[in-house]
Order: sequence, then C-alpha cells, then structure tokens
Amino acid sequence: MSLELRSVTKRVGGETHIHETSLTLESSSFNILLGSTLAGKTTLMQLMAGLSPPSTGEIRFRGRNVAGVPVQKRNVSMVYQQFINYPHFTVYENIASPLRVAGMDGRAVESRVREIADLLRLTPMLERKPNELSGGQQQRTAIARALAKQSDLILLDEPLANLDYKLREELRDELPKLFFGRDCIVVYATTEPMEALLFGGNTATLHEGRVTQFGATSAIYRSPNTVASAQVFSDPPINLAKVEKSGETLRLEGGLSWRAGRAAAALPDGCYTFGLRPHHITPTVQKADAASLEGRVLVAELSGSESVLHFDMNGQTWVSQSHGIHPFPVGSMARLYVDLDRGFFFGADGRCVAGNA
Amino acid sequence: MKRPGWLIPTAYIVFLMLPIYWLLNMSFKSTNEILGSFTLWPREFTFDNYVEILTNPVWYSGYLNSLSYVVINTVLSVVVALPAAYAFSRYRFLGDKHLFFWLLTNRMAPPAVFALPFLQLYSAVGLFDTHIGVALAHTLFNVPLAVWILEGFMSGVPKELDETAYVDGYSFPRFFTRIFLPTIAAGIGVAAFFCFMFSWVELLLAKTLTSVEAKPIVATMTRTASASGYELGLLAAAGMLTIIPGAFVIYFVRNYIAKGFALGRV
Repeated sequence: MSLELRSVTKRVGGETHIHETSLTLESSSFNILLGSTLAGKTTLMQLMAGLSPPSTGEIRFRGRNVAGVPVQKRNVSMVYQQFINYPHFTVYENIASPLRVAGMDGRAVESRVREIADLLRLTPMLERKPNELSGGQQQRTAIARALAKQSDLILLDEPLANLDYKLREELRDELPKLFFGRDCIVVYATTEPMEALLFGGNTATLHEGRVTQFGATSAIYRSPNTVASAQVFSDPPINLAKVEKSGETLRLEGGLSWRAGRAAAALPDGCYTFGLRPHHITPTVQKADAASLEGRVLVAELSGSESVLHFDMNGQTWVSQSHGIHPFPVGSMARLYVDLDRGFFFGADGRCVAGNA
Repeated sequence: MKRPGWLIPTAYIVFLMLPIYWLLNMSFKSTNEILGSFTLWPREFTFDNYVEILTNPVWYSGYLNSLSYVVINTVLSVVVALPAAYAFSRYRFLGDKHLFFWLLTNRMAPPAVFALPFLQLYSAVGLFDTHIGVALAHTLFNVPLAVWILEGFMSGVPKELDETAYVDGYSFPRFFTRIFLPTIAAGIGVAAFFCFMFSWVELLLAKTLTSVEAKPIVATMTRTASASGYELGLLAAAGMLTIIPGAFVIYFVRNYIAKGFALGRV
C-alpha cells in the first residue's frame, strides 16, 4: 500500500513549483516534509492528495496510477495550518461529516465520533461550534475529523504552526501516539528541524521545489547529501565557509587556519565549502585539541537553558549555540571552540564529500 | 462650562425623524384636515386611509406587484451572482480583474439611460407590463452589486475549507450547498438586502416598463389627484406602508451589514 511519486513535476503558469521528484512512501510510515516556507511542501501535499494533478509524471497507489483520480475518490485526510473546520457545524457534526458523506449508518457514526472525541479529549466540547473553542481545540477538531475515516493517506500541513507555545508542545507530544502504528501513510510538513527529529520516521528535505534527500530522519540529520539538505535541516542556520585544504591544514576564507580534523583527513587537497552546525561552536572547550576562533558578538539570545550567539568573523555572520548561560556583551570579542570532527565538507557542486555528525 | 453632550444627537434625530413623523401624522388625518389646518397631531384620528388602501385593489395590487417583482429580482440576482462571485473569488483567469471591474461600471449609468431600449425590447418580446420583466430590468443593476458583495464574503473564507470538504469526500455541488452557502450566509443576507432595497425604491424603470398588470406602488402613488381632488391622507398612508418592508428587512440584516462594512464591501 505504498505511495509512489514517479518523476512528478508541477508547473503553474510559467513557474515550476515542483521540479522532477520521485519519492516512495512505504505503508504505515510516518514521513516528514522538511523545508522552509515556499519550498513546495504544500504543493507536494496537494499532489499527493489529488487536490491538483501533476503536470507530468505518475502517482502510484496500490500499484495503480491515481494521478487523474479526484480527491473525493482517494480516501485521504488533510489537516491544515489554519484551523479549518466547518463553522456552522458543531464539533460532533464536524467529526461526523466525512463518515456521513461516506454513507456510514447513524449508530456507527455515533460510536466512531465518540471514540475519536475521547482520543482527542474533545468529548465535553462536542455540542459547541468551532469558533467557541480555543485554537488548540479547533485544531484537535480538525485532527479528529482527519482520523475519523480510515484514510489510506493522512496529510498534516504544519498543523502546529499557528498554535501558541504551550499548546504546540502539548499537541506535539500527542501526535506520535495518534498517528504512529496506524494502517496508513502519514505525511507531516514542517519548517522546524526540531519537530522532524522529535517525530523520527522518515524525512524528505525540500529546497526550492526539489526533494534534496529522503531517508530515515536521523540518518539525514547525520549525513546530509548536499549543502541545501544541510541548510534545511539546521536551526539555527548552519555556518558555511569556504575552506582550502592543503595537507594537514585547513585555511578558512579570511585567514584563519586550523589543523584538519578527522572529518577532513581523507579529503584530497583543494577548495571546499565547510559546514558546521551552530551547536558545535561553543564557548567552552569540549575537547583537548579543539580548534578555536574569535568573533565580534552581534546578538546574544539567552533563553533559560541555552545561549545563541550571533557573531561576526571576518565579515561573515556565524552562529553558536550552547547549553547554559554565556553572557557575552554585544560588541565584545568572544573566543569560541570548534568541534571540527562534526563538520561537513561539500564539493564545488554542493555534494557532501566528507563529514558525519 | 458643561457641554450638553446630548444636544447634537437629539437635534440630529429630531431633524431626521420629523418628515417621517409628519408622514405618520398625515396618514391618520383626513385630507380635509391636512389641507384645512396646521396640526401637530391628528384632531380627528382616523384609520380610513389605511382601510381604503388595504381594501381597494387599485391600491393594494400596487403593493403586491412591487413585492412580487422585488422578490423575483432578489432571488434571481443572488442565484446568478453566487456562481459568478465564487469564480471571481476562487479562480484566476484571463481578464478576471477587468471583468470584475466592468461589472461595477454597469451601475455607473442612471437607470433612465436604459429605459428606452428596455421599453422597445420588452414590447417586442412581450415582457412589457410583467413582473418578471421589471425583475429582469433590475438585475442589470443588482447582479453586479450582489457579485461585488458576495465576492468579498467568499474571499474571506479560506480556500482550504473547500479543499477540506473535497478531501472529506464532498462533491462540488454538495460542498457548495451544505458547507459553503451556510458559511457565507451573512453575505447572502447582505446581498439580498441591497438587491431588495434597490428594486423596492427604483421608480423610473418600474414605471416605464409597466402599465396596469404589474404597476408598482410607487407608480400608483404618483397618482395624487382623483375625482374628489387631492387625496393627501391616502398618499401619506401609502407612504407609511411603503417604508415598512424596508424597515422590516433592515432589522433582520443589521448585524450582517455591520460585518459587510467591516469587510469593506458594502
């Protein structure tokens, strides 16, 4: 029961929204579409759902090309970022609506709605209208409606993005319980790498309408195949710099020189793009022979348990992320330590040639 | 110095209500009293004017004619405008913005401009002096207005609602009637109200395009003189009865209209 996109593209007007994409989502899998805004997550989901037909290519489900099959006949569910419910229906009727449309008889609808409402803790709100509910409850209603019918494919398009912090955390904890282990394919779009890591499953990184990489979430996080994948899967943004390797020395653009670490050991001499996630640059020494750098502090964001430091190094803005509170005054010079072994090296074509975080 | 804050609103309301009060006042007087003396309230209170209007077919048929073409027009305008407004709000097509604006330009010409062509065409096809004829003439002004209002309300509904309904299995007609129309009920109310009002107060086309069978009340009211001289009391009573439907309708849609103003489309 896998869903397979074969050489699918989507063009609207003269613009290409999705470049040629091939992707296979296994049955009962949890898949994350990770990409920034306008990367094409929603468009890709609409193609999967059948809300818009692909310009070229095939979408195969259960071995059949369903590219031309309208969404009503696809047995899919969808939850949007905005809390989309039928405003003049009660919560009960909202959850019941896909069942009623499918022609389920009254008593079965009743028991199914009660069961789902119980699962999503909506039982006390069943007789209310959506606009009388909090944002979190509205989104729960939308999720309940998506779960009510036994869909083959459930699409969640940034369902937590519009919720405030507390509710987002709460619902984020519940989502895996609701969706994992179901006999359906779940696709979850998000802009936040942290969500992808929390949910696990598989991740497809999207960049400007292309799927740059697809595989197990942790594997993609550890070894991104391109600069684009690494950029998508890093928050705060990954630090990138041009480096030149000659022998045992790494020379950074701007003059800094480091001893090439384990990651770069096997690389032939030449020019590369060096990428390092912010949490591998820290104000404290993590390793005895760690490389170090100096930068002028631009912004210091201190939350309760971690410090994010934006600093300028030879005209480039770098970011460091570390545990604990490290109050650097803005404008001061900060000495920071770099874990070179955790860096990535990308060739001239953007492909990753060395590095494994 | 204490400023009397109530003074200006009170004066405003007094000036606003004075003509209406005067009409009400006259409607309960006999024509003789109206012409004979200046009185602030009826000396000889009488319902004769109303009784005359509600029993004499010459008068009450005017109301029935007006009401029937107004209702036909309102239903027609809204039903035609709904799909048009949906298309304008949901689809991008070649020239959509120009077409949308062009619709409004239909309202820029005074109805008098269209009176002559309508009269000729209607006489030719047998629509002259029919209710449907007047209703059709008024759609020329009301459909653009209804499209404009409804488009505003529809664009306020996220297109994700449409998609959610399709995903849930609703076909387009079922989605449109079960989900979409109830969602924009306020907009339909506002659009219907404006169609009703325009058609109800429009005199020129309604009078030109009718003679006997579909003669509107406003046309009947222009007949001020009769064998017994001027019937001012009767006229005043007819005026009062003409205000009532409008007041009645506006009472029901007042909240929706406020919503429409908030959307900037009324």
